[in-house]
Amino acid sequence: MDTTDLLEIAERERAARTPRRLRCCTAAGCLSQNGQALKAALIEAVKTAGLTDSVEVVGVGCMGLCSQGPLVQVDPDGPLYEKVTPDQAPAIVAALNEPSAPADDVRVGDPTHPFFAKQVPVVLQNSGKINPERIESYIEVGGYQALCTAVREMQPLEVCELITASGLRGRGGAGYPTGLKWSTVAKTESDRKFVVCNADEGDPGAFMDRSVLESDPHRIIEGMAIAAYAVGASQGFVYVRGEYPLAISRLKTAISQARRLGVLGAGVFETRFDFRVDIRIGAGAFVCGEETALMRSIEGHRGTPRPRPPFPAAKGLWGCPTLINNVETLANIPAIVANGPEWFAGLGTGKSAGTKVFALAGKIKNTGLIEVPMGTTLRTIVEEMGGGVPGGGSVKAVQTGGPSGGCIPAEHLDTPVDYESLAQLGSIMGSGGMIVMDESDNMVDVARFFMEFCMDESCGKCVPCRAGTVQIHHLLTKLRSGKGTARDLDVLRELCEMVKQTSLCGLGQSAPNPVLSTLRYFHNEYDTLLNDPMTPATKPLQTSTETR
Amino acid sequence: MAVKTLTIDGKHVSARDDQTILQTAREAGIRIPTLCDLPGVGPLGACRLCLVEVTGVPKLLPACVTVVQEGMEVQTNTERLRRYRLMIVELLFAERNHVCSVCVANNHCELQDRAMEIGMTHSRFAYQFPKLDVDTTHGRFGIDHNRCILCSRCVRVCDEIEGAHTWDVSGRGANARVITDMNVPWGEAASCTSCGKCVQACPTGAIFRIGATVAELEKDRTQLSFIVNARENKQWLG
Repeated sequence: MDTTDLLEIAERERAARTPRRLRCCTAAGCLSQNGQALKAALIEAVKTAGLTDSVEVVGVGCMGLCSQGPLVQVDPDGPLYEKVTPDQAPAIVAALNEPSAPADDVRVGDPTHPFFAKQVPVVLQNSGKINPERIESYIEVGGYQALCTAVREMQPLEVCELITASGLRGRGGAGYPTGLKWSTVAKTESDRKFVVCNADEGDPGAFMDRSVLESDPHRIIEGMAIAAYAVGASQGFVYVRGEYPLAISRLKTAISQARRLGVLGAGVFETRFDFRVDIRIGAGAFVCGEETALMRSIEGHRGTPRPRPPFPAAKGLWGCPTLINNVETLANIPAIVANGPEWFAGLGTGKSAGTKVFALAGKIKNTGLIEVPMGTTLRTIVEEMGGGVPGGGSVKAVQTGGPSGGCIPAEHLDTPVDYESLAQLGSIMGSGGMIVMDESDNMVDVARFFMEFCMDESCGKCVPCRAGTVQIHHLLTKLRSGKGTARDLDVLRELCEMVKQTSLCGLGQSAPNPVLSTLRYFHNEYDTLLNDPMTPATKPLQTSTETR
Repeated sequence: MAVKTLTIDGKHVSARDDQTILQTAREAGIRIPTLCDLPGVGPLGACRLCLVEVTGVPKLLPACVTVVQEGMEVQTNTERLRRYRLMIVELLFAERNHVCSVCVANNHCELQDRAMEIGMTHSRFAYQFPKLDVDTTHGRFGIDHNRCILCSRCVRVCDEIEGAHTWDVSGRGANARVITDMNVPWGEAASCTSCGKCVQACPTGAIFRIGATVAELEKDRTQLSFIVNARENKQWLG
């Protein structure tokens, strides 16, 4: 197996293709809206029309615009049909030979809409285009070429340097430089090393990783294999949450296909590099997305975090150096190796290179997945691409970073989305969940919702997170019911600071963020709830004056 | 073995390079409050009482797991740390039903000791009053979950010293409980050797000897470190 063989497979795949194809979304979003029946109806309609030789119905991954699903797209360069029902299938097939739009009230999407036009797909390059259940489909669009180049033509440290040069930072939320992490693991001496893909995506409203795994699973395997070659690991684990059965099944299929083709296993691409990937399924604990808890879970223990240092790069799985990267981070790798680090660095802004996938949810017209270059403003994402609040209301705030992030008020919508700018506003980039809120949303409720989430998901190991989140939630409930006093607000603020400073892991350290950020920007909503509204809180938050 | 020098609260101290800040401070006679720490078993870093400030490190570090470094400047008793410690103890008292006056461990309780040491007069937080069980099925020992602070000392002594691993933790967050075997009543836990090390290890009155009356539950922690010292260093010194 080498580059020539890959090209041959791609060539065969292209030759076997029918002139026209109907791409039918088979990711979880569209499947939940009767996508499976639609696909069957399309196959049936093609058969009835006698077009089986010239038209193929292909199940593909997510096309992004989940709110308008199920989606069907005619390939090549055909229209995108939205909210398609199975009984519209014959009309769509009939329209294949007519230039005019099909009858039967089939809705045609606008490919020039900013939702599509402003996207720069890198991670989602193949999503919605290839069949995620066939390795040949991935190879056809250039898949596994980057891995082949890396293992056959590059030294491991060269690969690390390439990633460092690209400026890629971790897409799981914290934004740690990926190249630095790789070279740390690469330089740590050990007989055994591991590579872990963190697919325990758990933030409410976030579904980027699920979509990538469902739409392009081979991309993750390729990214992991390149990472493993670079750091000197021969075993990889994908830690997927159990709530993603479709992602798990596609990943399993992909792994066995890759193994059969010699892309995984002993002697990857006929070199001396061995790499094996196994799946570990999470049992529903959010905290297992925290890297030390995730490792405990993979080892078969109760998933609780431990203090760092030692970091996983030094002492990870079974005490061995371990590289842990998020799904989206790994999905960037093949493109960086294929196109070069300069290309990637040129995509974003100075300190935040590349693109970022966001899951748009909440009070927004076009819910779904988008991928934009770093530095795109929140306004472009929410108002232009997302289409703003349905029914024409105004955006009040945008929540980024899930339960670890904060609410960014409408007056800061012109902020470019990059790690530093969001941190400055008291939020974080996070994994990519973006929840839009309008004027009807109460910010104390928002804070309370996320605190309830953290309270339920706290593992219970350290006292500040276990008992502190319970008390913060209690205080927010008391305030919301109009029974709170200025004194409660003081205690709330003090407690938030303490939980942030003293908790053991990232979950507890970031749990107060939604409360702190709403206190910062929407202090008046807390004040009006006070039982004694005439008495101002004794210690107003310093930042509240400068932002209002 | 190399030796490091550092300062703790301005005092110059030396330590072996594998020692933690907590061990070094103890040797130097500097007191850092702890709860989950138990000499003889592995550190956990969970109670967060031993957090200290280290110059140049933005985060607070748990003294029980942080290994010393050359030139480290450690502060163990700043105003901020005292404020946080007070809140941690207040949170613990509000979390479950800690009523000292009717507790077997009254006057022999580390939670009570820490509260007095830190200067807690009352808890500012809402008492949760959870409805929790008392398991006395064992016959000799009992566990009162109302008094448990989830320090996991019982889990660690049972696993690391006795080697039975009867105890573990189940559930999450406020619903976390220490359990015996696969969450069966203690009396039915087949792996329990009835050695009583968990009783010695428990910092509060949560695990107790059946029959002991209020304020009678004196514990002998030296028994545990004696066993560990004997086993690991082959020194049978009392």
